[in-house]
Amino acid sequence: MDDGVNVTGSLRARLALTLIGSAAAIAVLLFFVVRTYSAQIAQSGQDSILEASVTSILDAVTLREGDVEVDLPYVAFSMLSTDADDRVFYALWQDETLLSGYELLPVADAPDGGEIVLVSAIFDGAPVRVATAARILVGANDRMRVTVSVAQTQDALAGTLNRISRNVGLIGAGFFILSVLVASWATNTTIRPMERLTNSITRRGPKDLTPVARPVPLEMAPLVASLNSFMARLDTSLKQSEDFIAEAAHRVRTPLATVRSHAEATLQRVEREDNRQALRSMVRAIDESSRAAGQLLDHAMITFRADHLETHEVDLVELVEDLVTRLTPVAEMKDIALTVVSEGEARVEADAILLQNALRNLVENALKYVPEESEITLEVSATPRPRIEVRDEGPGFPPDQMQDLAARFSRGENAKDTIGSGLGLTIAKDVAMAHGGELTLTNMPEGGACVTLLL
Amino acid sequence: MRYLVALIIWLCPLGAIAQEWEDQNAFGPASAQTTLRVLSSTDTSLFVPIIEDFLQEQPDVSIEYFVTGTAQIDQVFRAAPEDFDVVISSAMDLQLKLVNDGFSVKIENLDQPQWAQWRQSLFAFTTEPATIVINRAAFAPGAVPQTRQELIAAMRARPDIFRGRVGTYDVRESGLGYLFATQDARSSETFWRLMEVMGGLDARLYCCSGAMIDDLVAGKLMVAYNVLGSYVAARDDVAEKLEIVLPSDFPTTMMRTAFVSSRTDVEDEASAFVRHLVEVQTGPRNREVFPLPPLGSAVDGTGQAVISLEPALMTYLDPLKRRTFIKEWSSAVIQ
Amino acid sequence: MKFLLVEDNIELANAVSSRLHLDGHVVDHADKIEDAMAFMQTGEYDLILLDIMLPDGDGRTFLKHHRSGKNDTPVIVLTARSQVSDRISLLDLGADDYMTKPFDHEELQARCRAVLRRNAGHAQSVTELGGVALDPVAGRLTIGARAVTLRNRELRLLELLINAPGQIFSKAKLADRLFSYDEDVSENAIEVYIGRLRKHLEPSELRITTLRGLGYRLDHG
Repeated sequence: MDDGVNVTGSLRARLALTLIGSAAAIAVLLFFVVRTYSAQIAQSGQDSILEASVTSILDAVTLREGDVEVDLPYVAFSMLSTDADDRVFYALWQDETLLSGYELLPVADAPDGGEIVLVSAIFDGAPVRVATAARILVGANDRMRVTVSVAQTQDALAGTLNRISRNVGLIGAGFFILSVLVASWATNTTIRPMERLTNSITRRGPKDLTPVARPVPLEMAPLVASLNSFMARLDTSLKQSEDFIAEAAHRVRTPLATVRSHAEATLQRVEREDNRQALRSMVRAIDESSRAAGQLLDHAMITFRADHLETHEVDLVELVEDLVTRLTPVAEMKDIALTVVSEGEARVEADAILLQNALRNLVENALKYVPEESEITLEVSATPRPRIEVRDEGPGFPPDQMQDLAARFSRGENAKDTIGSGLGLTIAKDVAMAHGGELTLTNMPEGGACVTLLL
Repeated sequence: MRYLVALIIWLCPLGAIAQEWEDQNAFGPASAQTTLRVLSSTDTSLFVPIIEDFLQEQPDVSIEYFVTGTAQIDQVFRAAPEDFDVVISSAMDLQLKLVNDGFSVKIENLDQPQWAQWRQSLFAFTTEPATIVINRAAFAPGAVPQTRQELIAAMRARPDIFRGRVGTYDVRESGLGYLFATQDARSSETFWRLMEVMGGLDARLYCCSGAMIDDLVAGKLMVAYNVLGSYVAARDDVAEKLEIVLPSDFPTTMMRTAFVSSRTDVEDEASAFVRHLVEVQTGPRNREVFPLPPLGSAVDGTGQAVISLEPALMTYLDPLKRRTFIKEWSSAVIQ
Repeated sequence: MKFLLVEDNIELANAVSSRLHLDGHVVDHADKIEDAMAFMQTGEYDLILLDIMLPDGDGRTFLKHHRSGKNDTPVIVLTARSQVSDRISLLDLGADDYMTKPFDHEELQARCRAVLRRNAGHAQSVTELGGVALDPVAGRLTIGARAVTLRNRELRLLELLINAPGQIFSKAKLADRLFSYDEDVSENAIEVYIGRLRKHLEPSELRITTLRGLGYRLDHG
């Protein structure tokens, strides 16, 4: 459809891309927002357990006779059990001295009031969350600061986050797929009026330049308005050129007709052979130019119509009989009989004007080449494919030229002396092909040419 | 007695330095490309069938099997983790702490229930209750105590019979004994009363179940507390003399566990060994061929719950906590 | 026959008229539709030759009017156009036939005869001479009680001769009338047709005489 059209991009693609792109962006944003929020919630869950653990240990710290004693509660660690069997680390410090636990565990500075500080760190190669709290113990002679840190790896948290990510990812993907469906539906809905307009213009006949009347969306109105105005100008211009051609033909053909009539009349009166020869040449030249001009116009007309066939139901038999009536007077001048052979009707969907033109060219061709007092047969058959055969009793086609004969402007060898531009077969072939058929040339065994127009 | 205990504690580090093994055996061809070094607290005899079964499947592997006590294992392994490929111990708390401290690697493709593994690294392969083993000579038939309370009552009733003839683990020396004691203490105050009663009867303290059973058979002990029943059942010379009692008031059931050292050079073979061990112990194998008690369920038919593999096991390993506990225990037992 | 020629080009009209006169036809000439209608009011015509582009309108308008007036005088349109669709619509509008300018007079005559033949019942012009009756429209030659249908070329040759008895026609002149200009015909071909006509005319008083070096002449009696 876009033959010869300078195409950049596609509205449909652009629209779909925009919609799908925004959907993808929203889906990704959704994913990250929900994931971040969930991560915070999950982290705060772990944090509160770590806080409870630290608090329970800090509560178990006592000072007895100047010695710090810690009766580590069993629950302090048992509450840290997770599905992922997270590792647990702890450290108890008295001022700057390690009482027990892991010496290298990173410890945050915690205020003395028992407030718990939470930090993320790396310990023994694993990311950990560390909760730290401190307490001042006052003894009889001294005061000391006990710091408790409890840390836990984040495997369970990571598992939870992965699960959340997967679920949020699935929701995001679902949202995205739904958006794609909606986007493609929206795109199609938006583009459909444009396709309808295209179809209605494509389906038009060759001469239909009437304005587009079907309703179109507001956004397409300027386009359709320009299109209508363009078609109106084109229509005017076409009509003008048609008038011009008609006028030109009239201006040329009328004087030619005058000259020819005079020449013929004069030929009746003059006796001298050289004068007669000159007059004959004159008539022949006029006939040739007239016939060539006619066929060129016909061929142009057919080329134009071939792209937009105006097909109707046509009875080939009726069409052929009509044509034979029209051509009989010419055939009779050479005492040639035109015979129609058919079996009932042969109805086809075809462009009658083109078919008639093609057939007329075929019969006129035959009339030129066949001997006088012979017969030209036109046979119409509807099955297996609709076909028209034009058979004559002439010399037939030169066998070595049958391939090229239907090419434009070529004429058979034995047609050297016959007036005509050679376009007859080309026209017939173009018409056949425009109808999805073909034109075949054969010589009959008993002599004579046979042209088959297959539809 | 006090001095004896002090001496033992003083000697422990020396033992670690000297690497004096309770037992040491090599299995498999000397020409084997790979040698697995297994550090274990389980008697070699109980493990031989499993090792041989494994070596049949892996002809290119040989195994060196080192046996020592649970506390020793912890010390030896922490000092030189690169010297051993597989660590097997009955002290769940020590094993768990080793894994927690990053001394193990994960073993993939080994599906075990959550209660029987920790971090996909530490795998349990037996369930063994702590039992009371009595010498039938000391009790009339039908008068065998079934709970700790009944045991306390029985000992108080006939102190002459039991004086100097009751035994239990020395928790200062035995990792498993410490585990049993701390778990008992966590479960019930009865434990402390029992310890006080046993302390009053001049309880004998042991490093291992085997020694207690020997003394029971020899008649030096009438009652031993927190003995591994499986060790008794494994011996065929004791059935007439001894009776194993699963205390029905509250049970304490231990699981032997194994893990692969993170410093091993033969991780594939070591993992294969642990996998094989777990498969043998959980599969429908002939128990006469494989004498180790199988891995049961988290809660068995008698309502025995196993000690959970969880970070809380580390609680009593804390030096402060341990100091406090040992102090209490000593004051109860060593009077 | 009587023709009405409607043609605005005077030159062409004169040429066509003089050519038709040569064959013994009567021609009235109108150069616009208005005049043509006036002629139709007053005269009876065997045939109308109608140009399409006329100063006071389109020939098709005349055709429409002509047909609506129940006038069945045959119309042959002379058109300078050659577009295929144009030809079809002319026939649809009621022309009996059309010819594209420039046209062959022999073909015009042939078409005229064909049109007249189709419009049967129309007054026929039969030429009679020496007991021979020739109906050029039907192509029938009647001698006494015997009627023969002539072939087209025999008919045209006889028509030429019978319209000018005693006149000498050279072989070349006859060949030009019988054969089209694009045919390569030897003058001897004429002899064949002369031979056939002689045979047809045997029972009558008409004779075709050969004048060596000059041509042929139809003699009566």
